[in-house]
Amino acid sequence: MELTLWTYEGPPHVGAMRIASSMEEVHYVLHAPQGDTYADLLFTMIERRKKRPPVTYTTFQARDLGGDTAELVKRNIREAFDRFQPKALLVGESCTAELIQDQPGSLATTMGLDVPIINLELPAYSKKENWGASETFYQLVRGLLINQSKENIQHDPSSWQKEGRKPRVNLLGPSLLGFRCRDDIIEIKKILNEYEIEINLIAPLDATPSDLLKIPKADLNICLYPEIAETTCSWIERNFGIPFTKTVPIGIGATKDFLDEVHHLLEKENKNQIKINSRLPWYSQSVDSNYLTGKRVFIFGDGTHAIAAARIAKEELGFEVVGIGTFSREMARKVRSVAKELGLEALITNDYLEVEKAIKESSPELVLGTQMERHSAKRLGIPCAVISTPIHVQDVPARYSPQMGWEGANVIFDTWVHPLMMGLEEHLIGMFRHDFEFTDGHQSHLGHLSRNEEKNSENTDNHLQTSSQENQELLIWTQEGKAELAKIPYFVREKVRKNTEKYARQAGCRQIDSETLYDAKVHYKDK
Amino acid sequence: MSGATLLKETGPREVFCGLTSIVWLHRRMPDAFFLVVGSRTCAHLIQSAAGVMIFAEPRFGTAILEERDLAGLADAHDELERVVQNLLKRRPEIRTLFLVGSCPSEVIKLDLSRVAEKLNIALQGSVRVVNYSGSGIETTFTQGEDGALKALVPLMPESQEEQLLLVGTLANAVEDRLITLFNRLGINNVKSFPPRNSIDLPAIGSKTKVLLTQPYLTDTARELNARGAEIIEAPFPLGVEGSSLWMEAAANAFNVKDILLDEILEPLILRAKAAIKPYREKLSGKKIFLLPESQLEIPLTRFLRNECGMIPIEVGTPYLNKEIMKAELDLLPSDIRIVEGQHVENQLDRVREQKPDLVVCGMGLANPLEAEGISTKWSIELVFSPIHGIDQAADLAELFARPLYRHDLLNNKQLSYA
Repeated sequence: MELTLWTYEGPPHVGAMRIASSMEEVHYVLHAPQGDTYADLLFTMIERRKKRPPVTYTTFQARDLGGDTAELVKRNIREAFDRFQPKALLVGESCTAELIQDQPGSLATTMGLDVPIINLELPAYSKKENWGASETFYQLVRGLLINQSKENIQHDPSSWQKEGRKPRVNLLGPSLLGFRCRDDIIEIKKILNEYEIEINLIAPLDATPSDLLKIPKADLNICLYPEIAETTCSWIERNFGIPFTKTVPIGIGATKDFLDEVHHLLEKENKNQIKINSRLPWYSQSVDSNYLTGKRVFIFGDGTHAIAAARIAKEELGFEVVGIGTFSREMARKVRSVAKELGLEALITNDYLEVEKAIKESSPELVLGTQMERHSAKRLGIPCAVISTPIHVQDVPARYSPQMGWEGANVIFDTWVHPLMMGLEEHLIGMFRHDFEFTDGHQSHLGHLSRNEEKNSENTDNHLQTSSQENQELLIWTQEGKAELAKIPYFVREKVRKNTEKYARQAGCRQIDSETLYDAKVHYKDK
Repeated sequence: MSGATLLKETGPREVFCGLTSIVWLHRRMPDAFFLVVGSRTCAHLIQSAAGVMIFAEPRFGTAILEERDLAGLADAHDELERVVQNLLKRRPEIRTLFLVGSCPSEVIKLDLSRVAEKLNIALQGSVRVVNYSGSGIETTFTQGEDGALKALVPLMPESQEEQLLLVGTLANAVEDRLITLFNRLGINNVKSFPPRNSIDLPAIGSKTKVLLTQPYLTDTARELNARGAEIIEAPFPLGVEGSSLWMEAAANAFNVKDILLDEILEPLILRAKAAIKPYREKLSGKKIFLLPESQLEIPLTRFLRNECGMIPIEVGTPYLNKEIMKAELDLLPSDIRIVEGQHVENQLDRVREQKPDLVVCGMGLANPLEAEGISTKWSIELVFSPIHGIDQAADLAELFARPLYRHDLLNNKQLSYA
């Protein structure tokens, strides 16, 4: 049993709903009690969908449990089939139905319905949403293609050349409740088009079951979101020989690598140099971006976006990554290896309070996280940009706002840097606050920061004592030392305080004055 | 007795479960914690329905059952105790802990009352632990509050003092206002249940007269009655008519003279009617269709029909307790179509057929209906907004008029630039 105040992922059947709702002509009969219908609002409210998710909930009640719930399941399957006439029917259960073991999927197959039935078994007490989405997509693709497989296992990646046509690729993984999928596919389509590569199909978003039957016609699968599509891509590779891409094109470097990988897998020569059609490199290089150098960033999100963010932060913006983690256990290994390269230990957790604690401890100047980290960062007074699900209504903006490709890199530059600019502005205001122009309540959008700052300085004494007591070693900050500390920008003050105290202990100082601060500064610079 | 057409429907439903009421209960009693014993679905439901992220640490959470908890019940009970002890260690400000049963905990027959009992002994009164079920296999949306309040009734002390007890969560400002009005009527001993602090439970006894503020407190009313309290029969305090009859019922129970009642209520009624007038102009003659969810549907229909001139096409209600709704049904004419239960697909077919001007529904259905050109009002907004009492009647009308104004505003093709 695990105490959860808030969770990054929903249950696995919500993942299944994401696949069903992303597609056309698919219906999902979900054996579940009435309360589970809340999940509809994720699609109609957060994603602002104009259609109800194609889901029929059996909504069994306590009084049904003594009777024949299997009959109830069949009635709902029959009604849903008659009413919606789907071309593929997903049948599964939520957490409660799993306990009563009606096996709705097996029931459905005995009903003689003229439709492919996909029996979804998604263990609700051990798995989560992304896994459920991945499994559902895989079961659906497998269910529809199983009869075709093995026939044309001899895949020739360059057959397009022999057939005198453009190469064709599938874009796999974009789904509802994913992060900016809607715009990512537009961007990727556009880029591939520039390299004379055709899109065979996109799935699950907006695809029909008959579209999925065309999957084997592609020369290459593009695995856009490994969380959702990797299992499916590797099944297709095993059964049809179609390879798939491993690079997720988020950021300049990754988009470039992605295009190289696509060309390589298609055995396609790229006659022209890859043209980087983004403003990010120049904006990052321009002199006014100097202040970004070495900015401390903390990264947390789903695996794909966290890994991409780390690379962009380090290689393309010149930040220093001081923490990285993910809530996705399935991606833990990949995130760990990225963390290791950065000399960090990855934080793999579903507990947002643990993430908040890690943020606090690493004193970043920018947090790249989920909407939850946005709230945590706000409490800590640190600027934040959102890079990952769980989805929030703000993550479905009206404007075109991809994360992938060249335009995605532009969007990322703005999204990450703007909160920092505001942070810097805040700092300048802090520096100039004694000038007469600024004396009265001048605040940028991070209005709470200056309030926090005042509060903090009022509490400085208590705070300093507490920290000393904790360590059972009495360190005394002189008035002068405190005054010097107060001059340090708020976002690094805590870090400086800790380092100075650590240094003072090592050096055997009992009193910390301004000189100790400078000594500590030099001490840590040398390292 | 009313001759309203009472129909029953079964089929797939689209309603929240009782866990959802935690969203307003935790705000009412800031010293209480609601611990759902359930699955990841329960946790996800509550965080989707409530803006959890704004809290540094919310006063509700879920003890998520895992595979090994399903394997052995005895261990699951111990596990739950461990989770509670950890929680209480971290949150020393908690005075009352609600263990809230869910669909999975009910199905595996986790005995929350036994766990509560053991914890109460262990905690020696420092925190009171009670339990109730908010499961979707037994409760709908607002019924969760009924369960929570019912669980508190045995903890209420005994008192033989004459008092008026208002039962059901109200917005604090509305509650203050209603108490002021009762005081003006000479009813001075007015208490509220649930109280603003979970440990300040009102006393109860044979001289307690209960006035329900909400229509979904069937079980709580029964328990209060079993403790000797008298339940005053009245419609619910929504709109001018309902609110004044509600106050009148209390006045009668406390032998307040009619002349005083009139003197206090008349000016309020006049003022409220004037305030409703502009909204009545907007709403009058418009067709309304209410899908079942909050259990407020019947009292709202009475207000919207009798005071705002709307035409109710169909009134859905998750379940119908004729006893508690009697005073409401008496105020409705015989041609009102009331449907208990739901077959959501068939009901939506009827919505499309009837083309109502406004549909009251849950959040899952609102945008798809809007996309079809049908204006909607979320039922969940009605349980969060201060809508009770005569003085709030116009605000209540405004809630329904707003989607219609907005519809006109956005569909006005002849924009003039004067």
